[in-house]
Amino acid sequence: MTVKYTKDHEWIRLDGDVATIGITNYAQEQLGDVVFVEVPEAGARFDAGAEAAVVESVKAASEVYAPLTGEIVEGNQALADDPSLVNSDPEGAGWFFKMKPDDLSQMDDMLDDVAYRTLLVDLD
Amino acid sequence: MADDTKTLKTTPLDALHREYGAKMVPFAGYSMPVQYKAGVLQEHLHTRSQAGLFDVSHMGQARLLGSKAAEAMETLVPGDIVGLGAGNMRYTLLTNDAGGILDDLMVTHCGDSLYIVVNAACKDADFAHMRAKLTDAKLEIIEDHALLALQGPKAAEVLARYAPAVRHMVFLTGQAVRINDIPCFITRSGYTGEDGYEISIPNKDADAFARLLLSEHEVMPIGLGARDSLRLEAGLCLYGNDIDTTTTPIEAALNWTIGKRRRAEGGFPGADVILGQIKDGTARKRVGLMPEGRAPARAGTEIQDMDGAAAGIVTSGGFGPTVDGPIAMGYLRTELAVPGTRVNLMVRGKAQPAEVVKPPFVKQNYVKD
Repeated sequence: MTVKYTKDHEWIRLDGDVATIGITNYAQEQLGDVVFVEVPEAGARFDAGAEAAVVESVKAASEVYAPLTGEIVEGNQALADDPSLVNSDPEGAGWFFKMKPDDLSQMDDMLDDVAYRTLLVDLD
Repeated sequence: MADDTKTLKTTPLDALHREYGAKMVPFAGYSMPVQYKAGVLQEHLHTRSQAGLFDVSHMGQARLLGSKAAEAMETLVPGDIVGLGAGNMRYTLLTNDAGGILDDLMVTHCGDSLYIVVNAACKDADFAHMRAKLTDAKLEIIEDHALLALQGPKAAEVLARYAPAVRHMVFLTGQAVRINDIPCFITRSGYTGEDGYEISIPNKDADAFARLLLSEHEVMPIGLGARDSLRLEAGLCLYGNDIDTTTTPIEAALNWTIGKRRRAEGGFPGADVILGQIKDGTARKRVGLMPEGRAPARAGTEIQDMDGAAAGIVTSGGFGPTVDGPIAMGYLRTELAVPGTRVNLMVRGKAQPAEVVKPPFVKQNYVKD
């Protein structure tokens, strides 16, 4: 199982041929209290970099991008009932969507754990 | 970022904000706390249930002096200032010749002067405007006082521990009060819909007094994020969003700020336009909007009628923590601006149904007697 990160503070966990995507702990801290999440429907297709989900805090709305090109397998419906899962468990129960990537090699250029943590150090 | 912060002004509570873990943001030329460690949601709910301390020192404070100060002020605002009794306070608007709103402000009659509080982003322009137009009165800008707001159902109990007299004040009154021998000017007012006070205190004493208030178990520091969600739930306008030079007091549904005598006499900038609109109505009105789903509609969201035709725009919108759902304010074509009417908010291109309501979204808890 591989976990990678993007510069937009998303994490991608690959299980077989399905990638689970969410936002990092750093991202949820920056957002503050999440009050609304809109996730994509199963079957929807996105290109890498396209807006796939929306996350809103009391203060503002932000987009979550599809980090990979592919088809959505599942959106996390639990977030509709309890958006605060994004704050309490961003890299677990607060996942946004699962997708089947067309081309797994798109993950090669993403940040690994060490590279992402280095990025965070530079942001402080 | 580092260069921007160098040019920002700071308030006397700057060190306190940082010690309390505030996230500081640029706002109206000042470095201000948008939230503390508790976060916007907790800060909002705490203010509604206990008491919140806000630093509003960035706002403009001034005194207008002269035996004809009230008459002079009436040449710039449509509010009844001459009729304001000593110790009483009023919400009013600086208008321009087209009937647009230059700023909204609070005016308190202090016996020998008018005490004025204006918005931070407008203060330089407001004071220049007042100085240019008010030749019969002297404007003294107050630079050496901070402004703190203590808001919430426990505000009176907490502040009375330091200044017992404040218990007996009613909503929209002001008086000079000594706190630990420091001369302060306190009004029973605020921007949250809750009972509370605004305390004008010398800069050099502000930090120590804010720490005393924060040492009270009921009091939590509150940032600009919760200040905005609290005022939106209370149905209060934010200058620059809900009102500006392109909106008139009548379009903004602020008719109540113009009393009988001013309607009869006029004599304020844009009176012809504003009084004409009181008589003939306007093409659009400010309303409250309750989205039916959970998606917040932010400022700038287009509003359509149920036939898909343009109906107006959202000017303030977000999530109301006490309402526990999305709330918004905006302008609608007048025939739609009726409570109970359904419209569509175009959130990210999708129609989200909403109902027109009359603000506030929460019960106001002012102490009126």
